[in-house]
Amino acid sequence: MLAFLVQRISQAVLVMFVISVIAFAIQDGLGDPLQEMVGMSVSMEEREALREELGLNDSMVVQYLRFAGKALQGDLGNSYFYGKPTLEVIAEHLPATLELVIGASLIIMFLSVPIGVYAAIRPQAWLAKFFMGVSTVGISIPVFLTAIVLIQIYSIGITIEWFPEDTGWGQWLNGALTTEGGLPSYGRGDELTHLFGTWYSGFFSTDGLMHLVLPCVSLASIMLPLFIRLIRAEMMEVLQSDYIRYARAKGLSAVRINFLHALKNTMLPVITVGGVQVGVMVAYTILTETVFQWPGVGLMFLEAITRSDIPLIVAYLMVVGLIFVITNTLVDLVYGLVNPTVKLTGKKA
Amino acid sequence: MKKLLAALVGTMALATAPVALSAEATKELKMAYDADPVTLDIHEQLSGGILQLSHMSFDPLVRWTKDLGFEGRLAESWERVDDKTMRFKLREGVKFHSGNEFTAKDVKFTYDRLKESQDFKAIFQPFSGINVIDDYTFELVTSEPFPLLLNTATYIFPLDSQFYSGETADGKKKSAIVKHGNSFASDNLSGTGPFVVKSRQQGVRMEFERFADYWDEESPGNVKKIVLTPIKENNTRVSALLSGGVDFIAPVPPTDLDRIKRDKNSELVTMSGTRIIMFHMNQERVEAFKNPKVRQAIAYAINQEGIAAKIMKGFATPAAQLSPAGYQGHNESLKPRYDVKKAQELMKEAGYEDGFTITMMAPNNRYVNDDKIAQAAAAMLARINIKVDLKTLPKAQYWPEFDNRSGDMMLIGWHADTEDSANFYEFLTFCPEAGSGAGQYNAGNYCNPEIDALVAKANVETDVEKRTAMLQEVEKRLYDDAAFVPLHWQDLAWASKKNVKIEPILNVMNFPYLGDLVVE
Repeated sequence: MLAFLVQRISQAVLVMFVISVIAFAIQDGLGDPLQEMVGMSVSMEEREALREELGLNDSMVVQYLRFAGKALQGDLGNSYFYGKPTLEVIAEHLPATLELVIGASLIIMFLSVPIGVYAAIRPQAWLAKFFMGVSTVGISIPVFLTAIVLIQIYSIGITIEWFPEDTGWGQWLNGALTTEGGLPSYGRGDELTHLFGTWYSGFFSTDGLMHLVLPCVSLASIMLPLFIRLIRAEMMEVLQSDYIRYARAKGLSAVRINFLHALKNTMLPVITVGGVQVGVMVAYTILTETVFQWPGVGLMFLEAITRSDIPLIVAYLMVVGLIFVITNTLVDLVYGLVNPTVKLTGKKA
Repeated sequence: MKKLLAALVGTMALATAPVALSAEATKELKMAYDADPVTLDIHEQLSGGILQLSHMSFDPLVRWTKDLGFEGRLAESWERVDDKTMRFKLREGVKFHSGNEFTAKDVKFTYDRLKESQDFKAIFQPFSGINVIDDYTFELVTSEPFPLLLNTATYIFPLDSQFYSGETADGKKKSAIVKHGNSFASDNLSGTGPFVVKSRQQGVRMEFERFADYWDEESPGNVKKIVLTPIKENNTRVSALLSGGVDFIAPVPPTDLDRIKRDKNSELVTMSGTRIIMFHMNQERVEAFKNPKVRQAIAYAINQEGIAAKIMKGFATPAAQLSPAGYQGHNESLKPRYDVKKAQELMKEAGYEDGFTITMMAPNNRYVNDDKIAQAAAAMLARINIKVDLKTLPKAQYWPEFDNRSGDMMLIGWHADTEDSANFYEFLTFCPEAGSGAGQYNAGNYCNPEIDALVAKANVETDVEKRTAMLQEVEKRLYDDAAFVPLHWQDLAWASKKNVKIEPILNVMNFPYLGDLVVE
């Protein structure tokens, strides 16, 4: 266990180092941060003076060494735009993103397991086929489109007048398809509950929860089909295995076989994939957060890029790298708990 | 007895005024701009967002009216003492958010700070000093006669000198202007304006509350609380208005104008703007551009009206000059001169019948449809055998290329900070000179010392009529010389719910006077 952690930490350090080097190397291609900091009519000399002050005139190596020296002491520099330490800025934005990911993960968990299991046990049922069909569509629609459609239907509302108003069925269809809207379309709302530090939560008020609905559903829409299909496929495979046949032969109840014996083994690969996908989801939040003006790290990162806020970009990439390393480590640990035969360090026990 | 009565009336007026105001101002306004102010220090950066903040939490000495005239705000009246001196009389009884009394010493403090601000010092360069005469009288002195004194006075938003003086707990000067990193002024604010900053989470939301002791009791404004949310994504901003999440949005993207017009709960206000979009033709890089006939040929080949109608969907005013209508230099006689035949003839006369190849650069996220405009222009130039190699870049990467003059033709949009024609010439057409900063954005390297001299003369001419004639002549000569290719003035658009009466408080400078906003 200790050897495993030491190995993981040294890997993490290596990952951080590589990320910081890459982030530094691309900064020249990101444009000039000064453009966002001064007005158009500021003279060249003033700009040059500011550039000197920020240390942008030094060579890349000098700049990197200066950055690395501070980074080793836990200081990742100040954001140009926010004028604050980058880690502080990220800490302020991270809770919003985490809540979005948590919300989406909850939706995925509570929907994918029952639907996946159902589709595996009754693969021929029309409802199962319907779910599989919808999930194919879901997986192929980009998240921003889903988001825009959701906003139009559930927050702005649509009026449908396709069917003849003078017939009863037409009226009914028009009424059924017309939506009122009303769900919030942007931001996190006014009623946030302070938990600790920089964490203001939307989970504890109606207003906050309402604001979470559309962004979470959009974000979940990309991952949900993947998990339904994964659980279905794994479950079907497990149901074919010898020990399940034996259990059936032994006369155990279907519920016990399906939900205790089969599901447990189905979940192994799902956990692995899930861990990786949580990281991917952090990346997908960039799109979701942009469409919903969700004040999380994704939106912050995208704006940092348009402003060439290099310190913030570097710090964000390093933090995300760290999150990936941590989630992967946790997944491996959980894997070990679920399946005791797995050896963490890959050596013979 | 008389005195007592007067005192009594005085106190009554004082006592009733705030009550009447607070009874009136009860409405809450939720609004969404594409960005929030970068800082609370209004001298840190000269940008649209900062000026919008300035008009919310501060008051200028004088401000622009809708028709580009002036109205006094903190300055009650002003008069010219001589060629180089203007005397201002200040409004009495004005209070800052901190409770401090506003006097001429605050104006002096602000003036001195502006002179030190990297972004503002250029605008205040013509001024040589300020004389405080008494608490409510002061004089602004310029080194030369200066016709734009009032234009510049719109940038003086007096700061609370007492509030911004001294040192913070960790020994930093409170008045320091810091471009990056935290300063006292970038986080704290005390002005005389209609709205006090209540809370601010940068990039997320900002809350304002009406200043209870606001001096302008005649203002019809009845907004008590403002919540400003920056929404960068155009679609999201429009959705927020249509779904009722916000009451007021700006800017409105041209693609959504119809959508808002169709919505029965929303109201759209558009205006012809003052930001010119234009191309420079770099004479240093391309030998052919030195020939006025080639430049004219290009001017004839570009169809400004077509671009405004098709690409901008009518959301732009086609331009044949730099100065928009309402500016002194605006010359009515100059019209877009699209004529391909004529352009081809001119190319032939110049000896370039077979054309040549050039590079063109444009940003793709700075101005409305900037990349599409450049594509259209490139296609139009193909008809006079000029082959264009076009490259469009995000703004963060474009401006360094612009500073290096990396393209033969480069697109730029310019808004005159002084709302005056001369500003266009100084930055866009003056002979480039590194030391003085003249022609800093003249990516065409066009240079005509005669025109520069004429502008310089106009800059010390305080007689409006004479000055107007001079500037209009400049515009005409630039047109005849085809010094650049003007395209259009970008229109402005705002939208609100029907009950929010934004029309009266909007202006072409895009500083909504929210203090006067009426919500029904």
